[in-house]
Amino acid sequence: LPQSLPVPPAPVSPRSHLVPAPRVDGNYCLTCGSDKSLKLWNPHKGTLLRTYHGHGYEVLDAAGSFDNSQLCSCSADKTVALWDVATGQVVRKFRGHAGKVSCVQFNEEATVIVSGSIDSTVRCWDCRSRRPDPVQVLDEAKDGVSSVKVSDHEILSGSVDGRVRRYDLRAGQLYSDYVGSPITSVCFSKDGQCVLAASLDSTLRLLDKDTGELLGEYTGHRSTTYKLDCVLSEQDTHVGSASEDGKVYFWDLVEVSRVPHVGGRQALDEVLLHPPSRGHQHVHLRQAEGGARVRAGTSGIPPRDGARTSGITWDPPRDGAGTSGTL
Amino acid sequence: MAAESSDSEEEDLVSYGSALPALQEGERIKKPVPLQEQTVKDGKGRYQRFHGAFTGGFSAGYFNTVGTKEGWTPSSFISSRQKRADKTILGPEDFMDEEDLSEFGIAPKDITTTDDFASKAKDRIKEKARQIAGVVAAIPGTTAFDDLIGPSKITIGVELLRKMGWKEGQGIGPRIKRKPLRQKPDPQVKVYGCALPPGLSEGSEDEEDEYQPENVTFAPKDVMPVDLTPKEDVHGLGYKGLDPTQALFGISGREHLNLFTGGSEKTSDLLGDLRHSKGRKLGITGQAFGVGALEEEDDDIYATETLSKYDTVLKDEEPGDGLYGWTAPKQYKSKKRFETEVKYIGKILDGFSLASKSSTYPPPDLPRDYRPVHYFRPVIAAGNENYHLRKALEQSTGKLENDTTQQSRHTLNASQRRDRLGETVLKGPAPSVLEYLSEKDRERLKEVKQASEQQMKVKMLPQQSQNRFQPTSANDAPHKWQMFLGGQLANAGSSDFKPFARNPEKQKRYESFVQSLKQGQKDMLEHYLDPSMTEWERGREQEEFFRAAMFYKSSNSTLSSRFTRAKYEDDVDKVEVPRDQENDIDDKESAVKMKMFGKLTRDKFEWHPEKLLCKRFNVPDPYPDSSIVGLPKVKRDKYSVFNFLTLPEATTSVTQATNERIQQNNNLNSKLKPSRWDVSDKEKEKKDSISEFISLARSKVDIQQQPPVPMTEECGTETNETLPSEVGTWLCLNLKGNGTFFFLQKKKQKKHKNKGKHKNKKSEKESSSDTEDSSDSLSDMDTTENLLKRSQILQWITRT
Repeated sequence: LPQSLPVPPAPVSPRSHLVPAPRVDGNYCLTCGSDKSLKLWNPHKGTLLRTYHGHGYEVLDAAGSFDNSQLCSCSADKTVALWDVATGQVVRKFRGHAGKVSCVQFNEEATVIVSGSIDSTVRCWDCRSRRPDPVQVLDEAKDGVSSVKVSDHEILSGSVDGRVRRYDLRAGQLYSDYVGSPITSVCFSKDGQCVLAASLDSTLRLLDKDTGELLGEYTGHRSTTYKLDCVLSEQDTHVGSASEDGKVYFWDLVEVSRVPHVGGRQALDEVLLHPPSRGHQHVHLRQAEGGARVRAGTSGIPPRDGARTSGITWDPPRDGAGTSGTL
Repeated sequence: MAAESSDSEEEDLVSYGSALPALQEGERIKKPVPLQEQTVKDGKGRYQRFHGAFTGGFSAGYFNTVGTKEGWTPSSFISSRQKRADKTILGPEDFMDEEDLSEFGIAPKDITTTDDFASKAKDRIKEKARQIAGVVAAIPGTTAFDDLIGPSKITIGVELLRKMGWKEGQGIGPRIKRKPLRQKPDPQVKVYGCALPPGLSEGSEDEEDEYQPENVTFAPKDVMPVDLTPKEDVHGLGYKGLDPTQALFGISGREHLNLFTGGSEKTSDLLGDLRHSKGRKLGITGQAFGVGALEEEDDDIYATETLSKYDTVLKDEEPGDGLYGWTAPKQYKSKKRFETEVKYIGKILDGFSLASKSSTYPPPDLPRDYRPVHYFRPVIAAGNENYHLRKALEQSTGKLENDTTQQSRHTLNASQRRDRLGETVLKGPAPSVLEYLSEKDRERLKEVKQASEQQMKVKMLPQQSQNRFQPTSANDAPHKWQMFLGGQLANAGSSDFKPFARNPEKQKRYESFVQSLKQGQKDMLEHYLDPSMTEWERGREQEEFFRAAMFYKSSNSTLSSRFTRAKYEDDVDKVEVPRDQENDIDDKESAVKMKMFGKLTRDKFEWHPEKLLCKRFNVPDPYPDSSIVGLPKVKRDKYSVFNFLTLPEATTSVTQATNERIQQNNNLNSKLKPSRWDVSDKEKEKKDSISEFISLARSKVDIQQQPPVPMTEECGTETNETLPSEVGTWLCLNLKGNGTFFFLQKKKQKKHKNKGKHKNKKSEKESSSDTEDSSDSLSDMDTTENLLKRSQILQWITRT
């Protein structure tokens, strides 16, 4: 695998992003995009399994539940939708955000959908009851919420106001870490001790969850305008990020050095690349036992004409291998 | 039965009716059909039965039976399940016979005149009948209400005109003593060239008048409605489209096109002139449809348009037909008035008399610098907030419209209108306490008030003169405000507007302040303020008063009569703000620049998750006793200094109650998940001396905070290093303002003192809320001093 994967120098989409699922299976791949639909793919054969229609605008993010029975998605039409995978129907539609909903996540048991919006709120929606209003609105952010992650007892949100907020439900505390530059993406480390935050100063920062101290800083890529994703590998060995030059950058987490070659025997779990302006061009970095295989270009999922992919995710864990990104 | 009159017989016989046919030879005369055998059959050959007296009744079904000729067969059931869409909704007409729909049936389909188009003239017989019915009815007078309830179809204008003797079809105005003219000029007479001069046509009129008796007057001509149809198409002026007379009958439009005739005429001659083309054969010939090969006439294929067909000069209609109403050109009006005025015979309204002589006014003399161009001059009402705009306009226009007396009635409010109409005030809830007092008490109060005011004035005078010579910045403000408030002040400060009712002292000051403003005593403003207040507070209050006076609109009386006072007071002076706020980012920015993440960039707040959310996350509620959701909120004074300076506040008791539990939780967390990052963490500390220093400082804080907090099991094993002697040299400072205090040593000391301990203490330190501990010790610390030191320390940090 080359160190960086070339893409045509197409203008990057400001709304393009990837959904890095913490633990992924790799048997299914879910993409969402500007054609107002979600598509479920078989990444191995590149066949389209199902299309989910029901949003009124570009679908900005999607996520799957732990048991693969439900999907949630959010859209620029200010709604968050809960889908039934098998029937392809919208089970619930949550309205309440005042602006585009940019990110969405299930909690561990798929009982709550946490969505972050440009209206600077994070809203927690109850999937179990028929309540139309959110269970709780986290309106501490001073600017749009760009990224949301959920762990078993925490909600992590990254906001354009340059803060990473972690709501600890168990402790009843809100930790707000100031990073300074608008946050584009946040994620937990797999051991739950750290938080990785990507910001628009072309830097990824690894912060200690408990103290907020800086453990590592990863630079070299370019992220100044668009919402690009960052990711940590399954064993927390590597840090990955998309870049505005169309490449994928990986760093060794401890050494804080750029990994010269990603792929081959390197244990790599997940990568996120920004989607280009047209079509589905995916890079699948799929980890098998003993190594990663990279499928680049359009091998995975055929491009859709005129539709821009804004999100991609894997189905939740089966054997703990495989990941995907859009290029 | 008139016999045919033969030519040979008398010529003077008159014959009526039609002649019977001549009898054939040998034919027998038919017997007349007897009366009982004269039957009436309908279209289907059925006998029409004369049930009813007038309508002929109706025969239903087959000879008034439900059966048919073949007998009665019930209709079989047909399922409509498959053809639901075909199912038509049956109306009453479906069950009617055609006789019912005919002219004399119960539902005639013929076109009849509806009320809307019926003559508006009152049906006198009907009215009379109704009046009688009203008298005779069970409840006398009930029918009278019909008039009230029934919608009037006549406009009030028409109604009024009718009462004044006007009838439909007549014009409006005094009756004229002349013969009504023909509505239309003779179509046969064509006028070529210039129109006849008005005098000529008048003359002919006069001639006709001579044949009229002297005392007969006529109603004036009805005014032709002015056609005001807006031009909606994009065709040129006067475009008529394809004229069927031209297109079909070959009459080329040679007439002079008149741009100014109305569209109503257009339609009339569009088809009305067709019969003129008697001689020509109808059909499509040539015009506008191309010329056939056999046609000879190809010179005028399409109607040619030349400019000569159009008017080049706007001129009046042909005069003389009197079709003008009040919109008539001047020459007609003035001429006719002389003859009509005097001969006015109609009823003159009481209190009015005909003017003997018309008074005309000459046009006004134009000023020398008059420009016949309108330029926009926006009117800015007094009290408009945009001071600069006002000022600019004042300069440009020279004056400002702020006198209320010349306002139109629409700009007046209800109370102003009431004053003008001389109505009494609407009784509402009393706006002030004074109204509850008896008349006597009120009088007494007034006297006391006046006396005290007098006293005050006397006191103020010397100070006033003294003040003149030392204009301060505070004194400049009133000038500004004075202009600002303008006439609005007239009502400000009256009894029922009490912006500071909560604080009677302040309200009192405010009232006197407004009084003085009204009287234009700008210099005295200062003296109404509390002398015990600081200068800053005084300035603030003054500002407040100005604002309050400005916001006050004179709608007091109208509004107060419609609203009642609130039963439960809500804290208007207080606003709900989150207790802890993410404070200033300035020092954080610098911390980020130096990569000193951690304490400096972190804010920690008490956050209450919704109970349901905890349930869904399978997490115990951290604050089971609290009803707060989200960040705890506190009420703060709206105009408090402390809104601007974030100071540590003691946390609520909820925190303390649950504090220990959280601590346990956290310890549990850290035990469950041993961090791999501990190693790298320490490595990092080695690299970064500043962060090391900070963490050292933090560990010191921990130690400092230890004594009040009961020891946890983890700490118990450690040797507790208390540094009582060093504490004095540590400087407490509030870097972030939310209660996270740092203890920094001024001199650089050994840094590795507490290093080993640092990591272990981390979890505890998180849980033990430093706000409550440190704020107690520091709450008495002077804030300004604190701020000063804060800046000093910041500088010091950046230097190191």
